[in-house]
Amino acid sequence: MMWLFFAFGIWALGWWANTRLAALPRTRVTALAVPVIFGLTLIAVWEGIVRGFEISAILLPAPSMIAVRFAASTAILWEDFVQTVIKGALSGYVIGCGSAFLVAILVDRFDFLRRGLLPVGNFVAALPVIGMAPILVMWFGFDWHSKAAVVVVMVFFPMLVNTVQGLADSSAMQRDLMRTYAAGYWTTLLKLRLPAAMPFIFNGLKIASTLALIGAIVAEFFGSPIRGMGFRISTSVGQLALDLVWAEIVVAAIAGSAFYGVVALIERAVTFWHPSQRN
Amino acid sequence: MTRNVLPVMTVVCAIFALWYGAAIWLNAPWAYDKATRTGEVLTTQTLIADTWSQKKPKLPAPHQVASEIWDTTVEKKITSKRSLIYHSWITLSATLLGFALGTGLGIALAVGIVYNRTMDMSVMPWVIASQTIPILAIAPMIIVVLNAVGISGLLPKAMISMYLSFFPVVVGMVKGLRSPDAMQLDQMRTWNASPTQTFWRLRLPSSMPYLFTSLKIGMAASLVGAIVGELPTGAIAGLGARLLAGSYYGQTIQIWSALIMAAALAASLVAIIGLIQRVTLKRMGMA
Repeated sequence: MMWLFFAFGIWALGWWANTRLAALPRTRVTALAVPVIFGLTLIAVWEGIVRGFEISAILLPAPSMIAVRFAASTAILWEDFVQTVIKGALSGYVIGCGSAFLVAILVDRFDFLRRGLLPVGNFVAALPVIGMAPILVMWFGFDWHSKAAVVVVMVFFPMLVNTVQGLADSSAMQRDLMRTYAAGYWTTLLKLRLPAAMPFIFNGLKIASTLALIGAIVAEFFGSPIRGMGFRISTSVGQLALDLVWAEIVVAAIAGSAFYGVVALIERAVTFWHPSQRN
Repeated sequence: MTRNVLPVMTVVCAIFALWYGAAIWLNAPWAYDKATRTGEVLTTQTLIADTWSQKKPKLPAPHQVASEIWDTTVEKKITSKRSLIYHSWITLSATLLGFALGTGLGIALAVGIVYNRTMDMSVMPWVIASQTIPILAIAPMIIVVLNAVGISGLLPKAMISMYLSFFPVVVGMVKGLRSPDAMQLDQMRTWNASPTQTFWRLRLPSSMPYLFTSLKIGMAASLVGAIVGELPTGAIAGLGARLLAGSYYGQTIQIWSALIMAAALAASLVAIIGLIQRVTLKRMGMA
């Protein structure tokens, strides 16, 4: 009962603090503090409810329990992280986005390809490509190569579609201006169209960053060596070791947010001129 | 429109040609292996014939997949466990339920975010952060845990679908509800419109194009959620289960037919939303 009051109290306190903060003029501090307070109250309420209702650890472990488990099994978590994120997701991301970028330039060069490949690409981007996972695991074996292949397939089309769209973004007048400067195709591409395409390219890169992690983890459900985040999650669920599962999820969350954050930071540095980056 | 038909057809034909070629290339080792054991000599013609008709090929040829789909949809009874329509329906029902829940939740959150400053500042960053987490990683846990409490079947899968589809709806709806500019809002004020009236007459109608775009993304996402949600149940029913069972037993043709079915399902669902969008926006005078 005490814990339930605690949870309710924290929630009320957090909400009250946030209402007060939100009423203040918006600054960098309040913009950061409000979501942080909200997140912390969520964790506190979770802890309080799990303890208050005495929910079994098999259903939902308390945050404190997850934290203890996290600290105790950093070696396993690191091994899984390297296997899934560094080897599987990251290499697939680099190969997939890189090849999509090159194909996009090729597609942009030939209008016939653009009119043909773009509708097909748009179509494929909306399909449940993740279903390719069992096939690719069969082709490339159980180790990280097949996970990288799944990631390549998943990120290729969103990246392609975004890049092609971005390359078409410069206006006819800007292109004419380049022509009056006697700029050839490659100069125009490098000096005008690629910079103009950057917001779109980064949009594709951001979408791909979340897809990459999902692809690598889900592909492990179809077979993997005895390490990796997907493997650990599916076996630990079977053993009802939910605290370890949640520890993996925390790692996945941190890795996913960090990945997205890094891409967003690079975007800010590269496309500082774009209206969406200026406040 | 017609200008695009020829290029698209060319690309599609090229894909099929590549597919047939790759089938020969990938299945050839097994064909040679078989031939050396029986002491036959493979000519080019028999090699091609063999690689396009193996029982468990590395890559089935398109016509093998097509005949498998025909076999499991038209030839089998719908109630049969081997009918692909039966499995598709199971996945589809979870997708639709999850999509409906996700859309509802997404719109409710968006309205809250637009009208409540505290919610905007505290919830919105977390909605975005929730998507950087690979939520599909939690899918098996949600299924198993809910199964332990006695909730199984449609609902757990629908919840995963919901989680995947609510995000695009929130983002699109927030943008859409905020799309009326200051002048339009001022106009409503000069007409002495109440906040409710402003919502129903101005904000909601002007958010519709944004909503439909989000719905298309959300629908595709919730199908993925439903398929992945079927994986940990140990391959009972549904397209995800067909994928998993196919990968256990090396039934590549079965995997490919489930995959094509899922793709067709996604494409037709998105097309239906596109149709509703066209009709609705036309009636509203927006398209």
